[in-house]
Amino acid sequence: MARELTFKDAINEALAQEMARDETVIAMGEDNVGGMGAEGEIDAWGGVLGVTKGLHAKVGDRIMDTPITESAFIGAAAGAAACGMRPVAELMFIDFMGVCFDQIFNQAAKFKYMFGGKAETPLVVRTMIGAGLRAASQHSQCLYPIFTHIPGLKVVIPSTPYDAKGLMIQSIRDNDPVIFCEHKSLYGLKGEVPEGSYAIPFNEANVVREGGDVTVVAIGMMVHKALEAATALAKEGIQCEVIDPRTTSPLDLDTIIESVENTGRLVVVDESNPRCSMAADISAQVTEQAFSSLKGPVRMVTAPHCPPPFSDVLEDLYIPSPEKIAEAVRTLK
Amino acid sequence: MSLSESKLLQAYRKMRQIRAFEDRVHDEFATGEIPGFVHLYAGEEASAVGFCMHLNDEDRIASTHRGHGHCIAKGVEINGMMSEIYGRRNGTCAGKGGSMHIADLEKGMMGANGIVGAGPPLICGAGLAAKFRKNGAVAIAFVGDGGSNQGTTLESLNLATVWNLPCIFVAENNGYAESTGSKWSVSCENIADRAAAFGMPGVVVDGHDFFAVYEVAGEAIKRAREGGGPTLIECKLNRYYGHFEGDAQTYRGVDEVKKVKESKDCLMLFSKRVTEQGLLTQAQLDAIDKEVAAEIEASVEHAKSSAKPTAADLMTDVYVSYP
Repeated sequence: MARELTFKDAINEALAQEMARDETVIAMGEDNVGGMGAEGEIDAWGGVLGVTKGLHAKVGDRIMDTPITESAFIGAAAGAAACGMRPVAELMFIDFMGVCFDQIFNQAAKFKYMFGGKAETPLVVRTMIGAGLRAASQHSQCLYPIFTHIPGLKVVIPSTPYDAKGLMIQSIRDNDPVIFCEHKSLYGLKGEVPEGSYAIPFNEANVVREGGDVTVVAIGMMVHKALEAATALAKEGIQCEVIDPRTTSPLDLDTIIESVENTGRLVVVDESNPRCSMAADISAQVTEQAFSSLKGPVRMVTAPHCPPPFSDVLEDLYIPSPEKIAEAVRTLK
Repeated sequence: MSLSESKLLQAYRKMRQIRAFEDRVHDEFATGEIPGFVHLYAGEEASAVGFCMHLNDEDRIASTHRGHGHCIAKGVEINGMMSEIYGRRNGTCAGKGGSMHIADLEKGMMGANGIVGAGPPLICGAGLAAKFRKNGAVAIAFVGDGGSNQGTTLESLNLATVWNLPCIFVAENNGYAESTGSKWSVSCENIADRAAAFGMPGVVVDGHDFFAVYEVAGEAIKRAREGGGPTLIECKLNRYYGHFEGDAQTYRGVDEVKKVKESKDCLMLFSKRVTEQGLLTQAQLDAIDKEVAAEIEASVEHAKSSAKPTAADLMTDVYVSYP
C-alpha cells in the first residue's frame, strides 16, 4: 500500500528534501523553529500549526525564527533572493499581508521588470488561507486573488497532500516569486505521497473528476466541496467534470475551456469574496474566449461580500457548501 | 586616516560626476525632454561617495527615490543611467525603470526605490545572504530623514541586531521629507539617537565633509565585515534642488541653499582641504572637472540619440518563465 502523509507533513517533507538538495534554500518565519530566547526546548513549535516542526534538527540555522516583523523579514527574504539565496518565508496568515504587502508587490514582484530583466527573485512566501477554524475576520480570508492580480507573482493553491509536496518543490526551484497558499483546514487531510522528490509544473490544471454535463472549477479547499457535490449530483444523473487549476497565476485556462467546449456549462467555486475574485476572473475569461460553447450563464459560487464571521452558524453560511454548489449546477440543467 | 593620491582623485571624480550629472539632468528636465519624476542628489555627494569608496561589487546597497548619486558612487555606468532617465532601450534598466528604479545588481546596486523606507528590509536580506554565503560582504541601506520614520526602517534596525547582520543604515538627513522639515517630523534631536533603542551604535556625522563620512563609514563597515553587527549613521547634509524637479521650494528659507553652497559645499570643502594640505593640486582637480564635463555631455548626446523601447519590449522580463 502506498504511503500516506498529511497535507502538513507533505509540505514539511518538500521543505526538508529541497533544503537537503540545495544549500541556498533557507526558511524563515515567526516561530518557524520556536522557543528562541526561552529556557525550554528548541523547535518547540515548528510553526504556529507545526508545518516546519523537525526541520531545525535537519538543517540547523538555515531555518530561522524571526521577530513579529513581517515587513522586515518578508523584505529581507526578497532581498536575500535577489542576492543568490532561495528563501522560503512564512507569512503566518495571508490576512497579515497588509503589514508587508509593499515588500511583495512593489519590490519582489517588480525587480525583474523594473531592472530591465537583470534581477531574479526566487522567493517563496508560504501563507495560510481559508475559513473553517472559527478564526474570525483577520485569520480566515482567501486573499489569493489580490496576489493573482499582480504581474510578476505566481500563485499556487494546492488541494491535496500529493499536490502540496510537488507544488512546493516546484515553487522552491522556480526562479520567480511564488505565493504558496496553504488552506489551514486541509493540514490534517491524508493522501498518497511518494517518498521521492517530484515537482509538479505550474499551469497544469488537474481534472479531478471527469463528467460530460457541467464543468466545475474549484480552488483549494473548494475542490473537496465540489467533489462532494458531484457525488450527490451523479445520483441525480448529472455528471460534473471537476477541475482544480492548482495555480491561479499562471492559470491553465486551456484545460478549463476544453472542458467547457464539451459540457457547455460552467460553475466556478471560490472561497474568496465575490468581487474581483478568481470566480469572477475565470468566468470573464471563459465568457470572452468560449462564449459560443456556453449553453447558459456561468455560475459563481463564492463566499459572500462580507468578512469571515466568527460564530459557527455564520461561518458555516459564509463558506461555499456542497449544497450551494449542487444548487448552482442544477440551475444550468 | 590616510587616503592615497589615487583614492583622493577617485573620491573627487565620483563626487564631481554626481554633481555634474545632477546639474545637467536639472537643466535637461527644464527643457521638457526628460519624462516622469526626477529627484536630484546634488549637495549630498560626500555621503554616497564616503560610504561607497569602501565597497566592492559583492557589497550591496539599496537606495531611495533620490538615487542617482548612490548609483554613480557604487559604479553604475553613467551612459546607461542617462539613457535610462531618458527612457531609452539601452538604459541600465532597458527603459523600464527610469530615474526611480535604476539598479545594477552586478555592481551591488539593488535599486533606487520609489517607496520611501523600502530599502532597509531588502538590505537585511542582502546582509543575511552575505552571512550564509560567507563572502565577507556588507550591505548598506540609504534612507532619508523621511524614510527614517517608516516602520520598515525601524523594523529593519531591530531585525539587523536580532540576526546580527553585516548591515549599515545610513540616514541622509537633508532637512526635508518632501516639503516637511525633519525638525518637525523626526521625534528626537538626531535620527542616530534611535540606534540605542535597537542595540547598535549610532553616529552623527557632517554629511558635507567627505573625510568625516569616509572615516565613520570605514569604522562601521569594518565592524560589520568582522561580524560585529549593524550601525546607524546619520549624515546631516543639504539638498540643492527641490524634492522633485518642478518643486518651487517655497518652504525653504531665503538664500538657504545659497548660504550652504557658499559655506559648506562638499566639493568646495574637499578641494580646499586637499590643496591646502598639498595632497592634490588644483590642476589635478581642474583636469577632472574638464573630463567629467565632457563625459556628462557625451552621455546626454548618447542618450538623446539612442532608440526607445519597442512594442515587443512591453511584455518581456515580467517573469523568468511564464507560459
